[in-house]
Amino acid sequence: MIDPDGLVESARQAFAAAADPAELERVKARFLGKAGVVTEALKSLANLPLEERKRAGAAINRAKAQIETLLEETREALARRRLEAQLAAQALDVTLPGRNGSIGGLHPVTRTLERVEALFRSMGFASVDGPEIETDWHNFTALNTPADHPARSMHDTFYLQGRDDVVLRTHTSPVQIRAMLAHTARHRDAASMPDLRVIVPGRVYRVDSDATHSPMFHQLEGLWVGKDVAFAHLKGVIASFLRAFFETEALAVRFRPSFFPFTEPSAEIDVRFTSGALEGRWLEIAGCGMVHPQVLRNGGFDPESVRGFAFGMGLDRLTMLRYGINDLRLFFESDLRFLAQFR
Amino acid sequence: MKFPERWLREFCDPPLSAEELGERLTMAGLELESLEPAAPPFSGVVTARILGAEPHPNADKLRVCQVDVGGETPLQIVCGAPNARAGIVVPCALVGAQLPGGLVIKRAKLRGVESQGMLCSARELGLSEDHSGLLELDPDLTPGQDIRQVLELDEAVFDVSLTPNRADCLSILGIAREVSALTEAPLRLPRIDPVTATLDAVRPIQLAVPEACPRYLGRMIRGVDAKRPTPEWMRRRLERSGVRAIHLLVDITNYVMLELGQPLHAFDEARLRGGITVRWARPGETLPLLNEQRVTLAPDVLVIADEGGPVAMAGIMGGEGSGITLDTTDVFLESAFFAPAAVAGRARRYGFVSEASHRFERGVDPELPRRALERATALVLELAGGAAGPINETVAPEHLPRRDPIWLRSEKVPDVLGIPLSFDRILALLRRDFIDVQQNGGVVIAQAPSWRFDLAIEEDLIEEVARLHGYDEIPALTPLAPMAPLPVPEGERTNADVRARLVLRDYHEVITYAFIDEALERELLANAAPILLTNPIARNMNAMRSSLWPGLLQALQTNRKRQQARVRLFELGRCFLRDESADAAVPGFAQPLRLAALAAGPVVSEQWGVPSRPVDFYDLKGDLEALLAPLVPRFEPAAHPALHPGRSARVLLEGRAVGWIGELHPEWVQRLELGTAPQLFELELDAIRRRPAPHYVPVSRQPVVQRDLAFVVDANVPAQTLLDALRSEAPAWVRQITLFDVYQGQGVEPGKRSLAFRLTLQHDEHTLTDEEIDALLQRLCAQIETQFGARLRQQ
Repeated sequence: MIDPDGLVESARQAFAAAADPAELERVKARFLGKAGVVTEALKSLANLPLEERKRAGAAINRAKAQIETLLEETREALARRRLEAQLAAQALDVTLPGRNGSIGGLHPVTRTLERVEALFRSMGFASVDGPEIETDWHNFTALNTPADHPARSMHDTFYLQGRDDVVLRTHTSPVQIRAMLAHTARHRDAASMPDLRVIVPGRVYRVDSDATHSPMFHQLEGLWVGKDVAFAHLKGVIASFLRAFFETEALAVRFRPSFFPFTEPSAEIDVRFTSGALEGRWLEIAGCGMVHPQVLRNGGFDPESVRGFAFGMGLDRLTMLRYGINDLRLFFESDLRFLAQFR
Repeated sequence: MKFPERWLREFCDPPLSAEELGERLTMAGLELESLEPAAPPFSGVVTARILGAEPHPNADKLRVCQVDVGGETPLQIVCGAPNARAGIVVPCALVGAQLPGGLVIKRAKLRGVESQGMLCSARELGLSEDHSGLLELDPDLTPGQDIRQVLELDEAVFDVSLTPNRADCLSILGIAREVSALTEAPLRLPRIDPVTATLDAVRPIQLAVPEACPRYLGRMIRGVDAKRPTPEWMRRRLERSGVRAIHLLVDITNYVMLELGQPLHAFDEARLRGGITVRWARPGETLPLLNEQRVTLAPDVLVIADEGGPVAMAGIMGGEGSGITLDTTDVFLESAFFAPAAVAGRARRYGFVSEASHRFERGVDPELPRRALERATALVLELAGGAAGPINETVAPEHLPRRDPIWLRSEKVPDVLGIPLSFDRILALLRRDFIDVQQNGGVVIAQAPSWRFDLAIEEDLIEEVARLHGYDEIPALTPLAPMAPLPVPEGERTNADVRARLVLRDYHEVITYAFIDEALERELLANAAPILLTNPIARNMNAMRSSLWPGLLQALQTNRKRQQARVRLFELGRCFLRDESADAAVPGFAQPLRLAALAAGPVVSEQWGVPSRPVDFYDLKGDLEALLAPLVPRFEPAAHPALHPGRSARVLLEGRAVGWIGELHPEWVQRLELGTAPQLFELELDAIRRRPAPHYVPVSRQPVVQRDLAFVVDANVPAQTLLDALRSEAPAWVRQITLFDVYQGQGVEPGKRSLAFRLTLQHDEHTLTDEEIDALLQRLCAQIETQFGARLRQQ
């Protein structure tokens, strides 16, 4: 008499011993095949009395079902093991560097420029530019600095051979004049003149070269002309811009009377960080003021109906403070070891 | 403007420390540059009288001095100074004294003789650079006094930076007026009494150009002793104001200028001939100046002339031939008003500035000359002796600067400043500023004082109000303004977009100078007429660039020197070209913004996964195409002086030439010592920035068919011409023609190459039939075969 439980157990052991699907199928035939142990066991029941045959038959059929389940489970396990082995063989060294993943970077002054443009754009200032070889009139005369004006000595100017009516612009302020003239011409026939709100980032030139002066450097000009513009607004715009730019509230901003021929009143702007790496003394950062009525007139406005404020600051200086750069000349040396730090 | 504290406090003495005063000045627009003691710290130095000086027994150049330092017995001090002699009073550092720089004086033996201290020169005390001998002090000083007190060495010296509009502050008087306005401390003006003339000699004066010189005062002083020493107090004040003491008469004129702000000139009376005329220089006139410069006078230079010709550049500098010397006995003192416009810029044109020109071109008080002349006369008579003649004043009142009343509408002040400010406050502030104010309804009628050249319009007064009220008192307000969107044109990329594309393709941005070596303009860029600077900062930075390439090549050189093999750079900046077209922003010049890139060295950075090879033309071309996409540029072979003639192309967008791409010419690779050839492109930025906004086209649902065609053609036939020929022959349902293989070698005869194209075919409305496709391919093949003598390559 066959012991069904023993049958299941021996099948379990035999299946477990099969190393691959082919062997498993051979082992399966030993149990479930036409001449397999189970089939033989069922055949052997033929001689038993009916009641006993029924009972024994049921027990063997249960054992058969169990063996079939075991077989299925073992098949799946073997297939899974095979896939796992295959995947293991395909494994990569994921720590090897990726192919061709390097990127370049923006010049640090450009990073500043783009942030500054975004900040002012969010306050409604459009960005405009102008020529770098500029007429003497735009650069000086229209800004209340006629020939021989002592204020001209504040700017060491580059001149061009054969053309005494042009200069390399010494500041971005001439674009104030260009922007005002374009604006007033565009809206000449409008019922009411809309406000003019622009910034002018750009390269400017002065005859000067050392660790803190470069013959070419970057300025940012800002101009707002409108009906209700006041000096207190100038203070508000500059202070909020500077705090947003440096991303700190720990920044004191002070306005100090100064002189520019094209603004009246005029001010110099100093900042002082009240915490962090730059904490300490007042740093000069910009010049500004209310646009001089003659300059408004030169730009096509009627100074009796509008007022304006203007400011100019050094983009290079903002960049140096922002990133802790101590030598202006680094900006123009194109050294990749420097540039690669700004990605 | 540099000045010692006590001089200022004589004129105005607010209850503020020097530091507080400096801060107030800074916050009023007179920026304090420095505030330092008159001498560096030292201690233990006293006045000492040399009683005797005997030769040192063992050294030729040393002397053994007996020195009275106020004690019971004299000290014995060994000294090497040439002027050490009995009777003089000098500074003596006692044993234990600490000198500037930290030197501590000890008892010592010098060549066997004991020395109980050290006699000092001015340099040893940090007072000046003078080390020629001992500093000789007033011989009447009592020995033993602390030198710091005697010489007032602890007093602060202010250095204030003045803006060009505040010439009225170029004197102690001016600073004092400002301090008084800021602090309301009283102003104590020096009492200046007219000097009674004891001579009647007068030199005639003629104002030939009254608009340039509307007021001229002259006075003779006879019998002066120019050799007398300048008193210590005057010398000290001059030196602490940054003015070198020269000799008595010059020192007096400088002293009065510093005190009151009026530049004066002293002529040697004996060296003048006849009357004085103030006139423009005449053609060809020259003048040797006191600064040893000999100038040819331009016709717009105002001169003081006598009968012999110019004797001074008016308001700028005196002539050497009429200047005073130690032998001068008779002096002609000039005190005048010269109009700023008649002086401005002249000195700078001759390459110098003087104290006088600096003041006159900014504006000197036209009412000051008489007072200054009286003050100077009194000082000359007191210190140099002599007898004075009467003042001879010539004046053209109609040409004196006018100070028209300025109307200030009271409501304009809060409008401009953004804060409420009462009428009374405005009046009070202006009065403090020595401005004469009257009220007329809501208007202030203000009369600016004669010394204020910067007050002419309403806004000038508003600035004065703001300044004296305090900029700090004006709040920072957030402006309210109508909200309106700024345009975001979709058909135009921003510079930031353009830059970002190149950064993602592994380029670093550089910023290079806009001025380059003229030689590069002429030779690398074949520019026959470069735009040259008159005053370049260096010889090799004298031409405005007409291309960004020279800057990029220099940047490559720099990095090559620093062992960087792989260099990929770009710059976005202006170039400068001569351009006579009428629409230029500045006539004569085109100033386009351009974008240029350079790549040199290995195509990818060093890595394990990609074999290394040098970057080539097609790498850069791929970057350029990616940069421009969706715009599709065309490239036509063309020669550029900087580029390899077989590896350069003009870049075209819709028929417009927008730039160049190529490999640097081998000669330049060698000349610039670059090792391997960089690839370069340069494009007009406006062309790149165009970007058509997308427009949707329905996607076809018909099946896609692909067919390949390979043609064998002469190797020098540009691929583009085949593509163009295929394209022009193909119907619209040929969606794409891609060149996917270029082959030369086995199976293709020498001098030929095979170009393989993949055609992507898809009709909008129906499934393409084999007949349609075969007919198309036959047509295309026939076209290429006849046009290029090509044959179809068997696969």
